[in-house]
Amino acid sequence: MTVPVIRFEGVTRIYPMEGETVEALRGIDLEIQRGEFMAIMGPSGSGKSTMMHIAGLLDTLTQGSYELEGEDVSSLSKNQRADIRNRRIGFIFQSFNLLARCSALENVELPMLYHRPGVMDRRERAMAALEAVGMADRAHHLPRQLSGGQQQRMAVARALVNRPALILADEPTGNLDTRTGREIIKLLGSLHEQGITVVLVTHDPEIGRSVRRRIVLRDGLMETDEVG
Amino acid sequence: MDMLKTVIRLALRGLLAYKARSLLTMLGIIIGIGAVIVMISVGRGANASIQKQINDLGANMLMVYAGSSKQGGVRGGYGSKPTLRARDAQAIARECPAVSEVTHITLQTAQVVAGEKNWNTTVYGTTASYPVVRDWLIKEGEFLTDQHLRSASNVAVLGATVVQNLFQPGETVVGRKIRIRNVPFTIIGVLAPKGSDPRGKDQDNTLFVPYTTFSRKLHGRRLPGVVHVICLSARSKLLVNEAKREVEELLRQKHRIPPGAEDDFSVRALDEYAQMADKTMDIMTILLTSVAAISLVVGGIGIMNIMLVSVTERTREIGIRMAVGARERDVLIQFLTEAMTMSVLGGIFGTLLGVGAAKVIGMVTGWMSPIDVDAILLATLFSAGVGVFFGYYPARQASRMDLIEALRYE
Ligand SMILES: Nc1ncnc2c1ncn2[C@@H]1O[C@H](COP(=O)(O)OP(=O)(O)OP(=O)(O)O)[C@@H](O)[C@H]1O
Ligand SMILES: [Mg+2]
Repeated sequence: MTVPVIRFEGVTRIYPMEGETVEALRGIDLEIQRGEFMAIMGPSGSGKSTMMHIAGLLDTLTQGSYELEGEDVSSLSKNQRADIRNRRIGFIFQSFNLLARCSALENVELPMLYHRPGVMDRRERAMAALEAVGMADRAHHLPRQLSGGQQQRMAVARALVNRPALILADEPTGNLDTRTGREIIKLLGSLHEQGITVVLVTHDPEIGRSVRRRIVLRDGLMETDEVG
Repeated sequence: MDMLKTVIRLALRGLLAYKARSLLTMLGIIIGIGAVIVMISVGRGANASIQKQINDLGANMLMVYAGSSKQGGVRGGYGSKPTLRARDAQAIARECPAVSEVTHITLQTAQVVAGEKNWNTTVYGTTASYPVVRDWLIKEGEFLTDQHLRSASNVAVLGATVVQNLFQPGETVVGRKIRIRNVPFTIIGVLAPKGSDPRGKDQDNTLFVPYTTFSRKLHGRRLPGVVHVICLSARSKLLVNEAKREVEELLRQKHRIPPGAEDDFSVRALDEYAQMADKTMDIMTILLTSVAAISLVVGGIGIMNIMLVSVTERTREIGIRMAVGARERDVLIQFLTEAMTMSVLGGIFGTLLGVGAAKVIGMVTGWMSPIDVDAILLATLFSAGVGVFFGYYPARQASRMDLIEALRYE
């Protein structure tokens, strides 16, 4: 039995909200194996983004435990979490989240800027990542000079560049038209074929059907988990 | 480091994107650093020129005035109490080994007439060694001699300003006749111009006659043998204090001043003038330093303000950087570097401005104002320091930002 990439046990996230509290996740148990391609679905406000943020170590959990590749990461320091985000996880956002004043190449180089020990062939690796997403000829363009689909490719290249084990994509097609969205999903599919574990959030049932495994969240609880 | 290079490049790009805003933010630093540079270079220039003036008065010179320094005898003007005699000067010359030359002066303003022209000047009755003590060159003719003194001859030596006001340019002066208080004199020499003394008095508006002639024919013999000031030079700079001590001891003895009683004279070395000048310089330095300090603080607050605005504006960027792995320290360093880039750039502009201003001031006042590398280094360090000090708080705000909130920020 291999070690799962993600192992959630009773993961709970409670947000304090002006006297009240919001239970975004209410005890999630989940295992994601190496090399899986999985979709998270569910209605708005069901906790999909919260779960991605916790899986991506962008947010901390309130209760339960989280093991990343067999290592308990539930209570790491801020710096340790930054380090894991940097080296082992690639995150793709719905709104791209690119640095507006930096070129495509500089945006892709960004994670390597914080990679310790420093990467020597930063430029080459960034170019290779841009090539992998078919954006090599746009290396010196600014984000605003590119289409939404191209910007999201840039973001995928940035997520790839430190060769992570896990790529998390929170509604990567949410800001794109259907056709461009499909292309991005195809790109993520090709990463999966290279052995990277890919988890994505989507509202699109067709995309949901195209991946091997999907789970559905409702009100912070896991409703279904189906394979095939 | 590699990352630092990238951070500085991005910081410069940000500054260029908002040129007017950046320039206004840097203005305080520019003015502050400019003031520091001007202060240092002009201060040094002024000091050097004052030192030079003091040296020009005469090397290793000491002056003896009548009246105690405590009674304000020096400030009260020459000879407030007629206690100094020519024979005191002669005794000093004989008995003080640390003293090389002695002269004395008695002075009075008088009208001088040459042909049609007349001019008011200070007439000095003095001795042959006066130019030696004062380090003063003779331009034409000769100075008074012991022979002139013994025979109380009616001869005069003129300062450059007096010559200018009584004669045409290029006219032969030596050998001409003038009248001082209606007494006829023959001009035997002209002194080289010496300029103003440290107090700003024109030293060339003077005329010298033998003191014997002065007291018999110009002063009216009221106080025979009285002199106003005794000037002397020590054998070397190191012997100035020794000479002062010897002269004080001798004069107390000659004037029969009992131990513990106050002197009826006072001896002043020129380095006291230097100290006076230093004090004036110190006040100027304090003033300029305060101006510099205030504008550096104001400039620093300006930078802090803009950095706080910038941190808020760039909340999203901070979130993105943290999401891809920037640690607190990385964000802190980034914003500190930006603040420092701004303040150091302001420092560089300020240095250029200061160097320019110092050059102009040097040209106007005639002070040599050397710009030293250490002044520029100091200015750069100062501006970097201001950047770190005032950039720290905004940078810390940035580094402590909540990641999820930052990513949600619109
Ligand atoms: N930082 C926060 N502070 C307070 N409440 C939050 C916070 N983040 C999420 N929530 C709440 O937690 C719940 C789950 O939010 P989440 O963003 O995970 O939903 P989602 O499934 O991603 O929805 P969508 O499909 O609209 O993106 C919501 O009720 C939301 O209001
Ligand atoms: Mg969401």
